[in-house]
Amino acid sequence: MFENFVNLWHGFGIAADPFNILLMAVGILLGVIIGVLPGLGGANGVAILLPLTFSMSPTSAIILLTCIYWGALFGGAITSVLFNIPGEPWSVATTFDGHPMARSGRAGEALTAAFTSSFVGAFVAIVMITMIAPLVAQFALRFGPAEKFAVYFLAFASFVGMSKEPPAKTVVSMMIGFALAAVGLDMVTGQLRLTFGSEELLNGFDFLIAVIGLFGIGEILLTMEEGLEFRGKAAKIDAKVVWHTWKTLPKYWATSLRSCVIGCWMGITPAGATPASFMAYGVAKRVSKTGKNFGNGEIEGVIAPETAAHAAGTSAMLPMLALGVPGSPTAAVLLGGLLIWGLQPGPMLFVEQSEFVWGLIASMYLGNIVGLILVLTTVPLFASILRIPFSIIAPVILVICAIGAYTVNNNVFDVVMMLVFGVIGYVLKKTNYPLAPLVLAIVLGDSAEEAFRQSLLGSAGSLSVFWSTPLVATIMGIGLLAGVWPLISNLISRVRGVAQPA
Amino acid sequence: MSETSHGAGTGPTQRNAEIGVGLLTLLFGLIVVYGSYIVGFGWGPDGPQAGFFPFYVGLIICGCSLINIVQGTREDPKALFTEWKQLGQVLKVLVPTTVYVALVPFLGIYVPSVILIAVFMKWLGSYGWPLTIAVAFGVPAFFYATLERWFLIPLPKGPIEAMLGL
Amino acid sequence: MKNFHALGLGTLTALGLAAMSILPAAAEWKPTKPVEFIVPAGTGGGADQMARTLQGIIAKHELMSTQLIVINKSGGAGGEGFLDVKNNKGNPHKIVITLSNLFTTPLATGIPFNWKDMTPVAMLALDEFVLWVNASEPYKTAQEYTAAIKAAPDGTFKMGGTGSKQEDQIITVAFEKAVGKKMTYIPYKGGGEVAVQLVGGHINSSVNNPIEAVSQWRGDKLRPLCVFDEKTLPYTDKILGDLSWSSVPTCKSAGVDVEYLMLRGIFMPPGVTDEQVAYFVDLFKKVRETPEWKQLMKDGAFNQTFMAGAEFKDWLTKAEATHKGLMQEAGFIAAAN
Repeated sequence: MFENFVNLWHGFGIAADPFNILLMAVGILLGVIIGVLPGLGGANGVAILLPLTFSMSPTSAIILLTCIYWGALFGGAITSVLFNIPGEPWSVATTFDGHPMARSGRAGEALTAAFTSSFVGAFVAIVMITMIAPLVAQFALRFGPAEKFAVYFLAFASFVGMSKEPPAKTVVSMMIGFALAAVGLDMVTGQLRLTFGSEELLNGFDFLIAVIGLFGIGEILLTMEEGLEFRGKAAKIDAKVVWHTWKTLPKYWATSLRSCVIGCWMGITPAGATPASFMAYGVAKRVSKTGKNFGNGEIEGVIAPETAAHAAGTSAMLPMLALGVPGSPTAAVLLGGLLIWGLQPGPMLFVEQSEFVWGLIASMYLGNIVGLILVLTTVPLFASILRIPFSIIAPVILVICAIGAYTVNNNVFDVVMMLVFGVIGYVLKKTNYPLAPLVLAIVLGDSAEEAFRQSLLGSAGSLSVFWSTPLVATIMGIGLLAGVWPLISNLISRVRGVAQPA
Repeated sequence: MSETSHGAGTGPTQRNAEIGVGLLTLLFGLIVVYGSYIVGFGWGPDGPQAGFFPFYVGLIICGCSLINIVQGTREDPKALFTEWKQLGQVLKVLVPTTVYVALVPFLGIYVPSVILIAVFMKWLGSYGWPLTIAVAFGVPAFFYATLERWFLIPLPKGPIEAMLGL
Repeated sequence: MKNFHALGLGTLTALGLAAMSILPAAAEWKPTKPVEFIVPAGTGGGADQMARTLQGIIAKHELMSTQLIVINKSGGAGGEGFLDVKNNKGNPHKIVITLSNLFTTPLATGIPFNWKDMTPVAMLALDEFVLWVNASEPYKTAQEYTAAIKAAPDGTFKMGGTGSKQEDQIITVAFEKAVGKKMTYIPYKGGGEVAVQLVGGHINSSVNNPIEAVSQWRGDKLRPLCVFDEKTLPYTDKILGDLSWSSVPTCKSAGVDVEYLMLRGIFMPPGVTDEQVAYFVDLFKKVRETPEWKQLMKDGAFNQTFMAGAEFKDWLTKAEATHKGLMQEAGFIAAAN
């Protein structure tokens, strides 16, 4: 481990070069722009700028690209909080409490909490990478399809079973999500399903289009119904909001720590940032004293998913470098970049390209610090967007949504689907159907089904594969426990209620 | 949500809305079941077939939709889903947006965007022409510059862009 | 600071385009606006990497007067991308890179397109396939591995591959036929994932492309047993110890008579003129002369056959027939839908 620190010190020497610091700042700013525009996610942004980096040294190039990635991670939170439009899948959980906070005039607070939590999550993950990188890589190798399914199962189990809405509606909502996720090509059999011969449906329903419609357009329709104003209009824009929010944050250290652990773990297992953010939100809601108030603008509901998403996003870089398997779509593009620069990601990278690897890790430290400073200074600016009158901002948001929906797959049909989802979102919300389970199912449904069926292929159809090793059995066990936990806690409180009536 | 709709005035009732949504989800469930039936929903020699999961997902949607419909009929028949006036407000956004989305495949994204923003600001916001025109042209121009020129992401374009040679 | 300028360069070039497009077309055809480069696969895969490398090479060496823009259209096993090209009749500002899904997708899914619906431009290279096992397994040669498969009951050995009813599974079926035993085929989303699953011991073997697994070989995690080509690879750079790509025997010599190469080719929409095709053939000829392209070919141990025109069309006709035969035998053809 000592050797790691020596290497890291050298790494700082490389990363702290003024030119590289400048690249970091440029990368973060570009990333924030990319993150703010929905549809133009981190993967797209990195892919588009990748060819521009061919003339740079590999270290400078990856510093620029990873900083775009950090910037996109930071930027995704901005639209989630301000307009209820998550720019990235892992920002969805941030909207649950972030947007209600903005609507009640606390946008600055929500943004500060989101950015700071992102930083904390990422930072903890980097420290972990520094200390136990090789160990972690070994651990990730043990994840076959069965283990992956167990992780998805755990993510579902810890998120569901806690909504206030009627159970039948929650189930319908989630199942609609699963059904939509199933549309298109079935990866395991190579068959088309539920497309009914339509060319438009070949691609299935992209999660981002559903989310832009359900949340973004749906929100505008709801706002219209309530009269022509954004309630956040009255928000006081105070440059000191950052400082005031910071003073309250240490209270939530337990939530942060828990989310860091969830995030790091989900990032190493190839599940990724999105399930991590949902899971952290679900767990925080159950554990927190103010859990009942989640969804109405609890700052903890912003801290938990943001911390976990960034811890996961950052630790996902590790399997990429050490194994050559990308933990996220963005990492997949970065991986392509490594190959083009003549670096082979994989077990030998740490040995043969030690300077590059540690330069990268050092740049993660510096990039996040630079990023935090940059984005925090923009908080008052972004918060003040809410002061723009609704009749100006609403059509602009609609245009942004349409562009976002189009750019996901370069498909005009998606713009139509976005509007359909918008109307559905409005109606479902008015009739008390929860939207979060639907979104979670669209995001994870496909991967979970795939992992499930890959496991069964390997076990010749036997379900015992999910209990075959201590690792998978443990995860499944925790998942089952998390799934039935609401019942148990309900029972406990009833027993207690009988014992000592209030 | 229903507490927002207890005000005076008339409108569609919450009960009818609940039943309507229930029927729609039921229909959706049936479509999914049918679609899965076409591709095969059995348990093949090497695990589930392509339609296995969607088939049961569809069945669950149908089952729970029925429960929701039954529960919908028990709703207070007087409670309102929303008032007609409020619904009118919603349509004020929805109709222009629908026209906008319908125009995009034919005119590209830029021209309809200009129209949408202008209509909104003029009709709903009653802003003066100078500001309306500035925003209506400025926003699409901004996206043209950043996306199309800078990030090299082509957005849908129509005959007018082709005429201008963009 | 020069690297920083690279960022702004895109903007400048792009702004310059507006001016370019007003100029009348010269006698020899040239693109007048940015060319869309469709990738009928997701970001990060083999075809995507190659497309983005091409984009980078063309930009760096200024081989084209306008920009090349990579667009992924991966829906329906790439069907979405091919349909887009097919439906853009006569549009010379659109090219597409192909994988084997050019042949397999219409057959396996019934999505209505065929290579004849597009204009073939050139074959850039052919991608090799190699039989890999985990380095900790006792099998040193393909013979030892096939002997073990033959000795075990059907379905004992697990073969991992990319996608379903696509090239990896076609090779697997052909391999099963040569060995005379069934294996269990497990499809994954991408080649990198397959290689890692093999390192983790969740599958017994894979038919990864060289570039997908070479780093695991260098790290002594995976072992190549044989290559599915008619002759051994020409690359002699040392990879692990004294071993190089050229030391991997052909599968045929190991008693498994299976050959398969994957097309990395370029197509244009139907109805484009000969001059327009000639422009792109010429462009890719120039690309092949760049050091970056040569490096990519070496890294990925590609088969560097280049073809265009009638020769390429003949090859495509033959390859289509081969795929049809292989897929028919394997029962992968979609029922009419």
